[in-house]
Amino acid sequence: MYKYLLCWRYLRTRYIALASIISVTLGVATMIVVNSVMSGFTTEMMDRMRGIMSDMTFDAQSLEGFADSDWHMNEIRRVAGDQIEGLTPTVHVPAMLSYSFRGQTINKQILLIGIDETTHANVSDFAKYLQHPANRNQLGFALHEGGYDTVDHLAPDNAVPRPDLEHAGWEYRRVRARIDAEEDKQIEAAQARARAAQGKIDAGPEDPFSKSPDANKITPFNAAENQHTGIIVGKGLISAFKADENTDRFLIIPGDDAQITVPSAGRQPKGISGAFTVVDVYESKMSEYDSSFVFVPLRKLQEMRGMIDPTTDVGNVTSIQIKLKEGADLDTVRDKLRAAFPSGLFRIDTWRDKQSPLLAAVQMEKAVLNILLFLIIAVAGFGILAIFFMIVVEKTRDIGVLKSLGASRRGIMGIFLSYGLSLGMVGAGAGMVLGLLFVHYINEIRDVLEWVSGQKVFDPSIYYFFKIPTMVEPLTVTWVVLGALAIAVLASILPAQRAARLHPVEALRHE
Amino acid sequence: MSNVVLTLNVVLMLRMRKKQSLTLNCCKPHLEMSHTPFHLAERDGYNDGVIPMATSTDFARPANRAAQISAASQRPLNSQVHLAARQIHKVYRKSSVEIPVLRGVDLQIHCGEFLAIVGQSGSGKSTLLHLLGTLDAPTSGEVHFLGHRIDNLPAHARDRLRNEEFGMIFQFYHLLPELSTLENVLMPLMIQQGFWKYWTNRGKNVAAAKELLEKVGLSHRLKHRPRELSGGEMQRAAIARALISKPQVLLADEPTGNLDQSTGAEIMQILRTLNRTENLSIIMVTHDNSIASQADRIVRLAAGKVEGVA
Repeated sequence: MYKYLLCWRYLRTRYIALASIISVTLGVATMIVVNSVMSGFTTEMMDRMRGIMSDMTFDAQSLEGFADSDWHMNEIRRVAGDQIEGLTPTVHVPAMLSYSFRGQTINKQILLIGIDETTHANVSDFAKYLQHPANRNQLGFALHEGGYDTVDHLAPDNAVPRPDLEHAGWEYRRVRARIDAEEDKQIEAAQARARAAQGKIDAGPEDPFSKSPDANKITPFNAAENQHTGIIVGKGLISAFKADENTDRFLIIPGDDAQITVPSAGRQPKGISGAFTVVDVYESKMSEYDSSFVFVPLRKLQEMRGMIDPTTDVGNVTSIQIKLKEGADLDTVRDKLRAAFPSGLFRIDTWRDKQSPLLAAVQMEKAVLNILLFLIIAVAGFGILAIFFMIVVEKTRDIGVLKSLGASRRGIMGIFLSYGLSLGMVGAGAGMVLGLLFVHYINEIRDVLEWVSGQKVFDPSIYYFFKIPTMVEPLTVTWVVLGALAIAVLASILPAQRAARLHPVEALRHE
Repeated sequence: MSNVVLTLNVVLMLRMRKKQSLTLNCCKPHLEMSHTPFHLAERDGYNDGVIPMATSTDFARPANRAAQISAASQRPLNSQVHLAARQIHKVYRKSSVEIPVLRGVDLQIHCGEFLAIVGQSGSGKSTLLHLLGTLDAPTSGEVHFLGHRIDNLPAHARDRLRNEEFGMIFQFYHLLPELSTLENVLMPLMIQQGFWKYWTNRGKNVAAAKELLEKVGLSHRLKHRPRELSGGEMQRAAIARALISKPQVLLADEPTGNLDQSTGAEIMQILRTLNRTENLSIIMVTHDNSIASQADRIVRLAAGKVEGVA
């Protein structure tokens, strides 16, 4: 009883000891905030990846792919049919995207993905990330008249506006075609004038190709009425966030044309270029994907790369995307498929396997941060140790008195251990409350910080998150608090032992 | 002050009557000792009824002095030895230097006796008191309590002995500054009873503490912290604390040493009353002869030896 009474009184009268646990408080609060934010990031990212990627991929090792995707898909269904929800063949190939912007040609390295419009929506949330409502309902590669979203449909209230997309579509394409035609005419006229002027000075022999007999038979491509094969381009490839205007600025928009150069299939790949028309913009908010993915119709890509067997008219694919039924165990299905296709020609991975470097990196960061922050609490433990030694020295005579009244060694030790524990409880409790409050109001705190500093603290164009994602894991909080308590108790063991070992007579005589 | 002492007298008399059967022979009968914490029943011939006698060098009390005291206090002195020191030596070591403080002290106090130990500073009187109260262990020699050796008991048994059988008061009162007067007085009971027992008995405990504080005239200072009390009040609170667990022996280390004469006299009156009405055995250490003269018997220590008995 006296242990708790004295411990309570010491707690209320020794403010210096309370000062020593401020670092415990801050350490616990920081650990809770960091863990919550990192868990929030991880969860949000995993959710997004889950939506973007199919559950499992069946990839060919080579860019040539494998023939007869139907046979392979049937085989996959046969092996794990009861757990398979959907399958779709794709071709993944590194490529280059070129488009012109204000007279300059911009080249981007991309991952070109040939998808099957009819089945692709079955394996992932691909359509959800498109900017035209009609495409979200039914995926297609035809350019729409207009009606592209001018506000990010996936973002909450404070979405960044996209005024550039207001006129996107055929409307823009026709205007663009007319301007281009006029420009071409002017250029031609200028060239003609130049030729005429040159002709007067130096009339050379006639151009042998100018009177080609087939010249009149080619119908020129009318950009105002026709489109090339459609492509869906990752937003990061064609736009940039303008912080000063708080808008997304697009370099090209649906309706513009772009060139794609892909390596041909075969032993000696050659670059094959083709013209395409941008028909939609893909934005998954995973910057890595948004700045590299371009989607084309599967058949078109197979034709371009020479992947179609002329005798059977069946195209090679490089990958089969697999979606599993709800609750199916990814790893079990993966292992079954790996056992069924042992040739080594295929890579069969779950989405988690594919993202394991990223997930492992996040996990690693979290572990390192936790260790460092826990060291802060450990440092606080040494503060408690020092202050406890001081308090034991200060209380030496009282310890002698208690011993003269019959208090046992264990009792004296109990006073200081429970004092350490209660300091830890106060420190860790305050830290927990502080940390949870910080996590709860983190976006408001960010707003205040931005308002005070005038700078973006958390830039959505970098993270593609409109709010700082947080997730409080009760287990983590419990561990952090228990760890802090353990450190406080451990730090009080030595001083408590010293107090318990004091000789009663010497303690009573202590000045 | 006289009112206070009178009240104390009356209440203590009442209490005496209540436990008369227990206090007739000695402070507490052997029956009660049989369940004492330090498990002495099988030790030192306790059950043989052998009561160790004082050694030859003992302080044989002059018959006339004893008769005087008996007559003065109107009470028979019990001849049973309550607490005894036998050939106590105590040597303090400072690195390799040995400092002998006590050199073969023999001393005994009978049940209900008020003994004063006097001596100059450094004569070893406080050390002797600490040894008698098991706060320290002698280098050689033995301490006996009701005929049983107690200096070699295990630590927990000595803790309980100090808690239940000995009350201690000090020159500098040694109240715990964080606690109120009432809590200071309750401290021995808190130590004794543990959390649940104390909690369930708290009404009884608080009533007992209040009663004691009333006896020593501090009923109006229950909630005050020690720093808000005067020296005399603090010493009275310390006396109440020493008495709360109904000890058999009171060990007082210069109880008036830090008080002015009249306050010291009040404290002495309380001690004398306790001794006479409660039959409490008191060993008091002092360097003041006038204070010592109020005791039944005086033992004079000089250079670590009993120099004389008055």
